[in-house]
Amino acid sequence: MNKSELVLEVEKVNKYFHDPMTIHVLKDVSMQVARGEFVSITGKSGCGKSTLLYILSTMDTDYEGELKIDGEPTRMASRTRLARIRNEKIGFVFQFHYLLTEFSVLHNVMLPGLKLGMKSREEVEHRAMELLDDLGIADQARKAANQISGGQKQRVAIARAMINDPLIIMGDEPTGNLDSRNSDIVFDIFRKIADEHKRSLLIVTHDQDFAARTDRIIDMDDGRVIT
Amino acid sequence: MRLLATIALTLLRAKLRQSIVAAVGVMFSIAMFVTLLGFMNGLNELLDGLILNRTPHVRLYNELRASAEQPVELAYADSAKGTAPIHHFIRSIKPKDDLPRLRNATAIMDVLEKDPRVLAVSPRLVAQVLFNVGTTDLTGQVNGIDVMQEVRYYMFQDYLVEGDPNDLANGNNTIVLGKGLADIMQARIGDLVQVTTATGDRTMLRVVGYFQSGIADYDKVQCYANIKTVQKLLARPASYYTDINLKLHDLEEAPEMAKELAARFGVQATDIQTANAQFETGTDVRNIISYAVGVVLLIVAGFGIYNILNMMIYEKLDAIAILKATGFSGSDVRRIFLLLSVIIGIVGALGGLVVGITLQNIIDNIPFITAALPSVTTFPVDYSIRYYVIAVTFALATTWVAGWFPARKASHVDPVEIIRGK
Ligand SMILES: Nc1ncnc2c1ncn2[C@@H]1O[C@H](COP(=O)(O)OP(=O)(O)OP(=O)(O)O)[C@@H](O)[C@H]1O
Ligand SMILES: [Mg+2]
Repeated sequence: MNKSELVLEVEKVNKYFHDPMTIHVLKDVSMQVARGEFVSITGKSGCGKSTLLYILSTMDTDYEGELKIDGEPTRMASRTRLARIRNEKIGFVFQFHYLLTEFSVLHNVMLPGLKLGMKSREEVEHRAMELLDDLGIADQARKAANQISGGQKQRVAIARAMINDPLIIMGDEPTGNLDSRNSDIVFDIFRKIADEHKRSLLIVTHDQDFAARTDRIIDMDDGRVIT
Repeated sequence: MRLLATIALTLLRAKLRQSIVAAVGVMFSIAMFVTLLGFMNGLNELLDGLILNRTPHVRLYNELRASAEQPVELAYADSAKGTAPIHHFIRSIKPKDDLPRLRNATAIMDVLEKDPRVLAVSPRLVAQVLFNVGTTDLTGQVNGIDVMQEVRYYMFQDYLVEGDPNDLANGNNTIVLGKGLADIMQARIGDLVQVTTATGDRTMLRVVGYFQSGIADYDKVQCYANIKTVQKLLARPASYYTDINLKLHDLEEAPEMAKELAARFGVQATDIQTANAQFETGTDVRNIISYAVGVVLLIVAGFGIYNILNMMIYEKLDAIAILKATGFSGSDVRRIFLLLSVIIGIVGALGGLVVGITLQNIIDNIPFITAALPSVTTFPVDYSIRYYVIAVTFALATTWVAGWFPARKASHVDPVEIIRGK
C-alpha cells in the first residue's frame, strides 16, 4: 500500500475511562484506511467501537497513541485546526441520528457546507438537494428536522456527512434504523462514493450482510483489533 | 460571520419566549434609565436655571469700605524709616463719600467687549429707594438695566409675568415691579408709583409689568427700570454704573477671570461658582443618585440575560455538540452565543429607547404649575441625546459581558460527552 494513499493511520491507541473506576477500553489499537477503501468495523456491544470512532473523528483528544488524518498528525493540532479537519475531511454519522431540531432538513444538510465556505450558498443548496434526492428524501427537504421519522433522520445525517465531499466518512451504525431496502440504498451510495469518487468509508455495523459486502472487516473484541 | 448570525437567530427564534423575556428586561432598564435621567436632569436644569440664568458669570462692582491706607499713615511713612514706628491716635475714620460707582466703567466695558472669552457685557446701576405708599414707605431696589441685553442673555422676559420688555426699554420713567412688591402696593399696570431716593429726590414712575423670580423675598424688593431712568432718578451722568455683568462663553473660566479682572481694574469681582456653590453640589448629588439607580437597573437586566443564556445553553447542548462535530470550532460556538446575547441587547435597547422617550414625553406633559416658577407649566424633561447614547452603550456592554460567560461555557462543551450520553 502506497503511504501517501493512506487517509487514516492509527498507531497503538490506548484509551482509559477513569470514572467511576479506571477501565482500559482500547488496547493498542492500530489500523490504516487507504484512499477509496470501504472498511467496516464489527464486534460485540461494549467492545469499544464507538469510543474508537470518536477518537478517529478527532472529537475525543484524550487518548494515548498516534492518529494521522490525510498524513497530518493530529496529536499536537489546535482545536480550531481539528474543527477544520472535521469540517473538511471527515463526515460523521452518529449512532443516534443527531440533527439540529431548530433547522429544516435541508438546512441541516447545508450547515457544514456553509461553514466550509468553499462554495456559494446556491451551490451548497443544490448539492444538498442532490444528496437528499439520492437518499430518497428530497420531498422532506423543507420539513423541520423533528418532523421526520427515525430512518429518515438517519439518511439526513448521511447526506450531511457527505455535503463537503470528505476524504473519509465515519459511521456509527448508520443503517441501524433502516429497513433492508433503505439499508441497501445507503450501501449502494457508500459503494459508489468509494469506487467512483475514491472516498474512504469506515463504518461500524452489527449487520453481518452489510459488513460482508465491504472491502475489509476490522473485527474488535474487548478493546483490541483481532483481524 | 453571517452564517453564525443566522444560526444565532434561528436558535433565538426557537426560544422566542425566553428571548423576549430577556429583551424585555433590558428594555425595562433602558427605559427607566432614560426616563429617570431625563427627568432628573430636567429638574436640575430647571433649578439651576432659576439661579444661573439670571446670575452673571462674573460681576464687577465697587464696594464701600475703609481705605486700606489712611493718609495719616502715608504722611509719616518716609520719615519712619530707620526709626521706631510712629503711632497716631486718630480713631473712627469714616469712609470717603465715594458712592459705589465703578470708576472708568465705560473704558472697562470697551476693553471687555473686545475680550474673546466674553459673550456679553451688560452694565447695571443699582439704586436703593423707598416706595411711598400712602403713609408708609416700602424699601426697594431699582435695578437699572440694559433691557434688550438682559432679554438676550439673562432670560429677562421669562420672569416677566406681565408686560412687554419693549415698554421698559423704550419708555421714559417706566418700571417693572417685583410681583410681591406690586401685590403689597396694589399697583396695577399703568399706575404711577412714587419713588424716593436716598438723597430725598422724588420721582413718579409708571408700572409697565411685574417680575417674578420664584424667590419670594427677592420679589418683594427687586424692581427693574432702564438704565437711563435710574441715572435720572439719582441725578447722575450717563456714564454712571455700579455693576458690570459678564456672561462668558465658558462658565468654567469665571473664577479665574474674576481674579484677573479684579486685579486689573482695581474693583471687586465675584464669579458664579463662588456665589452659588451650593447649587453645584445639589446637582452633583442628584446626578450621582440617578446614574447609580440606572446602572443598577442595567446590571440587574444583565443578570437576567446571563440566567436565560445559561438555561438556553443547557437546553441546546445537543445543538452545540452537533455543530462542533460537524466542524464548527469552539470560538464559532462562543460567537454564536455572544451574538445571541448582543441581539437580545440591541433589541432590548432599541425597545427601551422607544419606551423611554415615550415616558419622557408623558412626564413632559404632566401639568406642573407653581407660583415660584412662572415660565414652567409641565414637568421638565431633558431630552439630551447623551442619555440615550450612555444607555445604549451600557446596555450593549452589559449584555456582552452577561453573554460572554455562558458563551465561553458553550465553547467548552465536549461533544463526545453529549453524543455518548444519548
Ligand atoms: N463515559 C464513559 N465512562 C466510562 N465508561 C464508558 C464511557 N463510555 C463508554 N464506556 C465503556 O466503554 C466501553 C466501550 O463502549 P462503546 O460505546 O465504545 O461500545 P460499543 O462497542 O460502541 O458498543 P455498542 O455496539 O453497544 O454501541 C463500554 O464497556 C462502556 O461501558
Ligand atoms: Mg456504539
